[in-house]
Amino acid sequence: MADFAQTLMTALAIGSLYALIALGYTMVYGILKFINFAHSDIVVLGAWVSYTLANKILPMLGLNPHNPETAPPLWVGALILLSAMVACGLLGFAIERLAYKPLRRAPRLNVLITAIGVSLLLQNIGQLNYVFGASPQKMPALMPNIDLLRLSLPSGDGYRDVVIGLVDVMIFATSAVLMLVLEYLVFRTKLGTAMRAVSFSTDNASLMGIPVDRVVSFTFVLGSSLAAAAGFLYVMKYPGLNQPAHSIWVLLGLKAFVAAVIGGIGNVRGAVLGGFVIAFVEQFGAFYISSNYRDVYVFALLIIILLVRPTGLLGSPVREKV
Amino acid sequence: MHCRPSVSGHRLAGFGSFLPVLMLVALFGLTIPGCPSGASNKNEIVIGHFGSMSGSEATFGQSTDNGIKLAIEELNAAGGINGKKVRLITYDDKGDAREAGNAVTRLVTSDKVTAVLGEVASGLSLAGAPICQENGVPMISPSSTNPKVTKIGDMIFRVCFIDPFQGSVCAKFARRGEELHASKAAILTDQASPYSVGLQEEFEKAFVDLGGIITTKQTYQGGDQDYSAQLTAIRGSEPDVIFIPGYYTDVGNIALQARKLGIQTPMLGGDGWDSSKLGEVAGKALDGCFYSNHYSHEDPNPRVQDYIKKYSAKYKSTPDGLAALGYDAARILFEAMKRSKSLSGADLAAELAKTKDFDGVTGKISIDKNRNAVKPAVMLEMKNGKPSFVSTIQPDK
Repeated sequence: MADFAQTLMTALAIGSLYALIALGYTMVYGILKFINFAHSDIVVLGAWVSYTLANKILPMLGLNPHNPETAPPLWVGALILLSAMVACGLLGFAIERLAYKPLRRAPRLNVLITAIGVSLLLQNIGQLNYVFGASPQKMPALMPNIDLLRLSLPSGDGYRDVVIGLVDVMIFATSAVLMLVLEYLVFRTKLGTAMRAVSFSTDNASLMGIPVDRVVSFTFVLGSSLAAAAGFLYVMKYPGLNQPAHSIWVLLGLKAFVAAVIGGIGNVRGAVLGGFVIAFVEQFGAFYISSNYRDVYVFALLIIILLVRPTGLLGSPVREKV
Repeated sequence: MHCRPSVSGHRLAGFGSFLPVLMLVALFGLTIPGCPSGASNKNEIVIGHFGSMSGSEATFGQSTDNGIKLAIEELNAAGGINGKKVRLITYDDKGDAREAGNAVTRLVTSDKVTAVLGEVASGLSLAGAPICQENGVPMISPSSTNPKVTKIGDMIFRVCFIDPFQGSVCAKFARRGEELHASKAAILTDQASPYSVGLQEEFEKAFVDLGGIITTKQTYQGGDQDYSAQLTAIRGSEPDVIFIPGYYTDVGNIALQARKLGIQTPMLGGDGWDSSKLGEVAGKALDGCFYSNHYSHEDPNPRVQDYIKKYSAKYKSTPDGLAALGYDAARILFEAMKRSKSLSGADLAAELAKTKDFDGVTGKISIDKNRNAVKPAVMLEMKNGKPSFVSTIQPDK
């Protein structure tokens, strides 16, 4: 019981991170029909920008960034989160303008390979000594390390604690707010309508007077700032910050991509659903079956979904034109 | 007749869309040859070191490199080897097996080094060793403990103990030592690291032989960030001790998450824990945990204290076990070079194999017939985020 509840809590926190990242993949795919492989590197950048800012801001407040006991007031965390989102949003804008826009009419494969190139470029620039360096760092705590809830539940032959930390709740709450904002933006505003129109048909949208380039740019900014938020929340939960080119980041991005595909790529709500589904499969599989195959469960699920429902859980079936 | 042009047209289109892929493959496949920085001068001997100067195990490479440089400085100040000065070329492998292979290839083929020192991580030594063996360049790993490393061939040596010994030391300490007296152990292994897997197997064997029970075996992958599934399972199995044969960055993160889940069980590990960063990452989360190592800076032996004095004068920090092994590895190499009749790989390897009772910082070192070192291990306890000496365990004669 306690173990089940604990696993559930972890799955919810991790699921919201996957969902945030998956949203970026799915939005870009929905509009440009290509997979932005550089997206996971934006997450990394969001995490490292947060780390750099925290190390600048905390000493200004007279706090020691290396002492986990002293947590700054909550507005510091919020400020860092917003700055990281703005920085990554700008970067997303720049990447789209410089790398992808010139290829708008090029074959899909060219764009895909450019995306891989951008990804490698970002990873390796990040590794440079005067950027972030190639060593892992420890993220300073920006929230007090409190347990909101510590329940003793029966488990097996004894009682064990279920711990819900402030960090987990913050991750879940921040992600939920961001996802609701996105939902509103996409389905209730004019800009959202324009995005959906471009996603439906770029040519027709531009004939209707929709500024396609601006909509595409906006999509990248939106996706990138969500990725930055995910990066920030990720290092809040896991303060051991891996170097920018560590393969673990690629795996994180890949899982979020799988989440987008499972949910139905191009579908915003599907990405959120997919994020939670793979987090549950991963966490419960690791706990109840074996942790050796943690990643296998995720990718096995992908294969099953692709076989049974190729368009994903919420994806609409593709109508073949006759 | 109509179809021909269209077929060739298809081919062209197919090739056109594949061209970028080919270019990408070419980009990955090509290693850009470096400038021959090792253009050997008649009056010097060039040796190479490949190590993780950056990455998750950065202190491993940095400490080892510091130890080697100290040994070279002393040697050159004392006149070098038969009048020739020794020069070191160090390449960073970033803790990545592919980079390690590239670094060693560059050292032996382009820089034409006389001998290679490195690596700390067994997985990376295993990547570099076959290249040294093929090219007939002797390689000494200062601190790779996986038995497979020296089995690559007769050019590959090491100056540290191996995992069957280290695993049994940990098992004995867990089972019999008065600090733990554990009868139930849980294991958490890095399944992507040959070091971790090897040490885990040896520990398990020895612990079960001593009448202990393994409650659960969990795995992770180096660099993982979330260990809650594994730790929840370990918590449920109620062990007396958790054996984690991993590297320090992961171990620090594991300890933090374990304490957060309310696991107060002591943890036990091997020499992969040995880094000043361990305490920095984990803080007090590891207090009361133990690990086996090659040496302790609290060893009162004058040889050890003398080394620590020299090291801290040069680098302003206390040397860890890997810095001591780097120093010993380099000095054993220099001794063999002095005795050797030529600096060819075969002659040098023959002399290295004859190393007996070398008085190293990490104990008396003799190279056995399998090119491994036979020597004692120490157990350390983490107190206030710093290792302190508990006991020395001698190898079985």
